[in-house]
Amino acid sequence: MIGLINYGSGNIHAIANIYKRLDIEHELLTDPLTFKKADKLILPGVGAFDETMNLLTNSGMKDALNELVLVKKVPIMGVCVGMQILGESSEEGDVKGFGWIKGIVKKFDASRLTHKPHLPHLGWNSIHPTERQHHIFNHVDFDMGYYFLHSYYFQCSNDQDVLSYTNYGGEFASSINHENVFGMQFHPEKSHQNGIQLFKNYANL
Amino acid sequence: MLRSRITPCLLVHNKGLVKTVQFQDGKYVGDPINAVKIFNEKCVDELMVLDIDATVNGSEPDFNLIKNLAAECRMPFCYGGGVTSVDHARKIISLGAEKVAISAAAIHNPFLIRDIATTVGVQSVVVVLDVKKRGIFRKYELMTHNGKRATSLSPVDFAKKAEDLGAGEIVINSIDNDGMMQGYDIKLINDIRDSVSIPITALGGAGNHADIKDLITKFKVIGAAAGSLFVFKGIYKAVLINYPSVEEKTSLLGIY
Repeated sequence: MIGLINYGSGNIHAIANIYKRLDIEHELLTDPLTFKKADKLILPGVGAFDETMNLLTNSGMKDALNELVLVKKVPIMGVCVGMQILGESSEEGDVKGFGWIKGIVKKFDASRLTHKPHLPHLGWNSIHPTERQHHIFNHVDFDMGYYFLHSYYFQCSNDQDVLSYTNYGGEFASSINHENVFGMQFHPEKSHQNGIQLFKNYANL
Repeated sequence: MLRSRITPCLLVHNKGLVKTVQFQDGKYVGDPINAVKIFNEKCVDELMVLDIDATVNGSEPDFNLIKNLAAECRMPFCYGGGVTSVDHARKIISLGAEKVAISAAAIHNPFLIRDIATTVGVQSVVVVLDVKKRGIFRKYELMTHNGKRATSLSPVDFAKKAEDLGAGEIVINSIDNDGMMQGYDIKLINDIRDSVSIPITALGGAGNHADIKDLITKFKVIGAAAGSLFVFKGIYKAVLINYPSVEEKTSLLGIY
């Protein structure tokens, strides 16, 4: 069963709808005590870094997730801000992230963007997988890519943790993975077939 | 490479969808949820839904409609109409919209832009500018309440202010060109594009794919929104929801 961590992020319903249409068993999990039922977890996200971390901490979800991810090695995939909080910290706020993947979240340097618009990075952009060629991108159209909506990006400390790069005033990590932890900066839940395929691949890992 | 967005814009009036001409004479074009289902199948880049009753009636956003739309949308979704507070914006995002659009309330109190951006993030705040040429000099002026109230504000000045306060996107809606299907107001878009660096989306006037192609060719990366073009077909404006095919889109975007 795919457990969708329900801390109030709006995009969780779109993810649930995709799994429903794929007929893959999934559940919205609101009580941290129920997280252990899931074989795999998804951490959705729309909004600001600090607000997201505070919601997870205050609801007791943070401790439950640390236990499952670090000790039990349950796979987890963070989406958008849900990916950014996998890192150690963010220029967007003061609260610490989970630190499951080594790296920090930085604001795009707008001076590197030679054409308008600058920020946020908004719209459909292609992805360029690294040589790891992870199964999570099986049957994905890389040129078509995904829908992005963000002003901050994850700067990985270890290049080996990067699954794909995307170009926006230089290359940034559009997806990352370290052991059982995955992060997608784009919105697969709003990216039509490429997104559906990615959720299917994650379920099949 | 980041691509331009081609975005259908749907107007909600009396719980149905309408399409206006110069912000008047809304013609019924169908049911919102049904339209979203069709646009899902057509894999649209984004969808914008604007409730044109809420501000005029002084009513709150229709959260039930937003919830139903967000659940149905498989594409990114922006909702506007009647948003007057941070709580409205927070609720709309938590119901599953990616972006929330504000217009009259932001013009009345620009700091609302900053307060909403702080709460839901800059990337989710869209400011819609309804613009009309007025007076003997046909100067661009910002309007509210479906184009009925003049503000005496310059769209360029307000766009800059909105960017400074934390808007993540500006939608430029030309009232003069709305529903005319004679092309976008390129001068207006150019004026605003020159003065801000956040993403902009042009709305009002697209009558065929060539109008979209002209816009994208001129501005490279931009949002090309349209109402009539994506809900009508033919010279008699029969209601038929449509959207460029993958091949057509590739040609419009000038990629691959």
